[in-house]
Amino acid sequence: MTMTERPVELRSKVTVTIDGADVDVLEGDTILDACNKAGKDTPTVCYGPTVTPVNACRVCVVELEGSRTLVPSCSRPAEDGMVVTTDSDRVDANRKMVLEFLATSSDVSQSEEIMGWLGDYGADLDRYDPETTERMTDEVKIQDDLYIRAYDRCVLCYKCVEACGEDAQWTFAIAMSGRGFNNRISTEFDVTLPDSACVYCGNCVAVCPTNALQFKTEFDLRKMGEWKPEEQTVARTVCSYCGVGCNLELHVQDNSIVKVTSPDDHSITSGNLCVKGRFGYQYVQNRAD
Amino acid sequence: MPEIAVTDAEASAEERIAVADAVVLQSPGQITFDAAGPVLVQEDERVIRGGQERIFNRRHLLLPVLHEVRDRIGWISEGAANEIARVLQVPPAEVFGVASFYELFTFEDPGAADVLHVCDDTGCRIKGGEELKVALAADGRVVHGSPCLGLCEQAPAVFVQRTGQQHVSVRTATKASVDAALDGTMTVPVAPVPQSVDDLTLLRRVHDDAAQTFDGYVTTGGYEALAKAVTMPPADVVAHVGDAGLTGRGGAAFPTGFKWSAVAGEPGPRHLVINADESEPGTFKDRVIMEHDPFSLIEAMTIGGYAMGAEQGWIYIRGEYPEATRSLRSAIAEARSRNMLGDDVGGHGFTFDIELRLGAGAYICGEETALLNSIEGYRGEPRNKPPFPTTNGLFGQPTAINNVETMVNVNQIVLMGGDEYAKQGTERSTGTKLFCLSGHVNVPGVYEVTYGATLREVIELAGGVDGEMRAILMGGAAGSFIGADMLDVPLTIEASREAGFSLGSGVIMVLNDTVDFDGFVARIAKFFRDESCGQCVPCRVGTVRQGESLLRIREKGASVDAERAMLDDFAMVMKDSSICGLGHTASGAILSAIDLGLIGGAS
Repeated sequence: MTMTERPVELRSKVTVTIDGADVDVLEGDTILDACNKAGKDTPTVCYGPTVTPVNACRVCVVELEGSRTLVPSCSRPAEDGMVVTTDSDRVDANRKMVLEFLATSSDVSQSEEIMGWLGDYGADLDRYDPETTERMTDEVKIQDDLYIRAYDRCVLCYKCVEACGEDAQWTFAIAMSGRGFNNRISTEFDVTLPDSACVYCGNCVAVCPTNALQFKTEFDLRKMGEWKPEEQTVARTVCSYCGVGCNLELHVQDNSIVKVTSPDDHSITSGNLCVKGRFGYQYVQNRAD
Repeated sequence: MPEIAVTDAEASAEERIAVADAVVLQSPGQITFDAAGPVLVQEDERVIRGGQERIFNRRHLLLPVLHEVRDRIGWISEGAANEIARVLQVPPAEVFGVASFYELFTFEDPGAADVLHVCDDTGCRIKGGEELKVALAADGRVVHGSPCLGLCEQAPAVFVQRTGQQHVSVRTATKASVDAALDGTMTVPVAPVPQSVDDLTLLRRVHDDAAQTFDGYVTTGGYEALAKAVTMPPADVVAHVGDAGLTGRGGAAFPTGFKWSAVAGEPGPRHLVINADESEPGTFKDRVIMEHDPFSLIEAMTIGGYAMGAEQGWIYIRGEYPEATRSLRSAIAEARSRNMLGDDVGGHGFTFDIELRLGAGAYICGEETALLNSIEGYRGEPRNKPPFPTTNGLFGQPTAINNVETMVNVNQIVLMGGDEYAKQGTERSTGTKLFCLSGHVNVPGVYEVTYGATLREVIELAGGVDGEMRAILMGGAAGSFIGADMLDVPLTIEASREAGFSLGSGVIMVLNDTVDFDGFVARIAKFFRDESCGQCVPCRVGTVRQGESLLRIREKGASVDAERAMLDDFAMVMKDSSICGLGHTASGAILSAIDLGLIGGAS
């Protein structure tokens, strides 16, 4: 539901100060947009270009003059005259703690970005006594051949819920369930995906920041130690199934397609696909041998 | 609107009727009956599908329907959830997501008609709640430990969810009194209000059972405030509330007049929502008003509706308040039958009605935007602010949200006039304030004092300290511990703030030197861990980590000093980066307990 913004030419200019420098953005843009424009490197987890941020992760927080608490830059609209600080000790300390909380609760090892920020912000994970520090320890859910759900890697960013729901697919097969630390992304009564409303578009997998949702191909290759992203090539093409014209990015390893994505900035897909484009590629590699 | 695809599990006939009845009750006209039973009138498909975000017109019935099924069947089966999904056109994953958020809904047959929620939280813990819980479980009862039930002046307390019968709370509970209450051989004792009537304003009717009926209320001066209010233009009523200096009594002390004028200035439709989700441990003042003087709340709300041009009022009351719920329900029905709610209220030419909604066991729903989500049929997760409810509240419309105690002050303000009301108390803390005295005081209860009385004076009103005082928990779990050096601080918003504590919702829980503070503080940590909605990382994880830190101090021999740096970090990120007040205040009591040397073997 992000298509309702006013056309650029009708939006007025808004000037905010980021770390002492004035930055012009447009009405309706967020503080994060202004930070990006000012060249500030801002970590984000629950924010994504194709989903509405639930601003749950709080790793993008910044100081806003006049606000008692820090504010989430990803979802706070920029207002004229705002004075924002991103490079203070307070911001760094808060981001470091959020990152420590993420990494001590879930397995974030397959998120290059989060692993990088842990170093950048000096997260100290060793001070958490493993014996008394509760983590998400869910077993991997393998219920079909298309994708798996490893909720021990889940950081509960809501992106998959948004993608399955109002931001893309309008299927609502999954939702947040439970409360507090026991929150889990779940189908109704935790029924299997084939029993749920899931249509296997894989748009949830596409937005997952930690590989908690993973294509089965990738999962199997990783298990065998054969997942080699550095050897993969990406071929961009147009889906051959229907007339919509979705762009596909075929990720190829050892002359086999190992996953299919779509560019986030593509005007037709905004990163989303349907089950055919996402998973229906086997015919391409039906080789005579 | 999504297509509603459900699993094969089917609802029983009983479950289907429960769902249908709940919809009929809340939205008459949507159901017809044929020989086979209830048939839902289906919306035109195109209407449903063309509906905009959040105007899924039956979604807001989700909580009432879940309650109805729980009350009749005892639990929510997969078949019942599927039926709810189909009838309300809510995706089944979301029905499950919402239901699993609330403590009072379960997905397994409890195996008994009565489920006992025994308070083992702060106030009851020091009055034998824990022991009672063990004894009742040993008796074969189905027992859950419960957060504060708002009966701290009559601790220990038990809330009984009964299948097919009215829920009941048992006060000053013993094993025998619980048995008697469930056999129906014991009636619920009336809450003591220890002060003399002459000293009371807000509480002046709670002694008087007659005030529970419309006629009784009127003969004790009821509806005089409304009669006066309607002689003024609505804007003048708002101005009186502003002039009175009334501030929110739920804990945040926000100026009520400011809120009202903001809502009145927005285009309609507007809502007035009463936050009766009184769940802050140690707080029970609103319950006493609702149980004993329900019409005062209804009258004040009617004045608010008139003043702000809000035609729809809502009361969101916590699910663990069965007696207050019955009292309000009957009063609302009676007011409606006397034409004091509905179209043309009292012949004064304006429309106002009240819908009562029940929470289902979630402290976070006392956070105002979580409360709005809960009414709308969503998980009780706080919204990001701005925008604020005054512009984007219930169903996205302008909404004033007021606490019960705050609201009933409006009657007084209209009768006295704002300026006159403001002469009570101090310049910044005007009027009278209810304090909830519990723990080790000789006469626990709700006390009404004019702002400015000192902490010592209020404790003296409650008969003084029972035993040797060690600390006072001010403001509840979200407040802080203070020591005897604070006894002479006047209980005003400004003086308490200057002294470094908050009055919060008016909790004064006195703790003597017999209290096991390690266990007491650990229970507060558990409270926040259990009650965090889990939406934002700082609070979802921070409330767990601080509990673990306390566990290391308590059971693993870690020193307070060694844990302090981490506890400070947890507190910082919860305070600075959480979405709502729960995270902001989740560490205050714990750090103050350390500062006072209450935990960690320090003396």
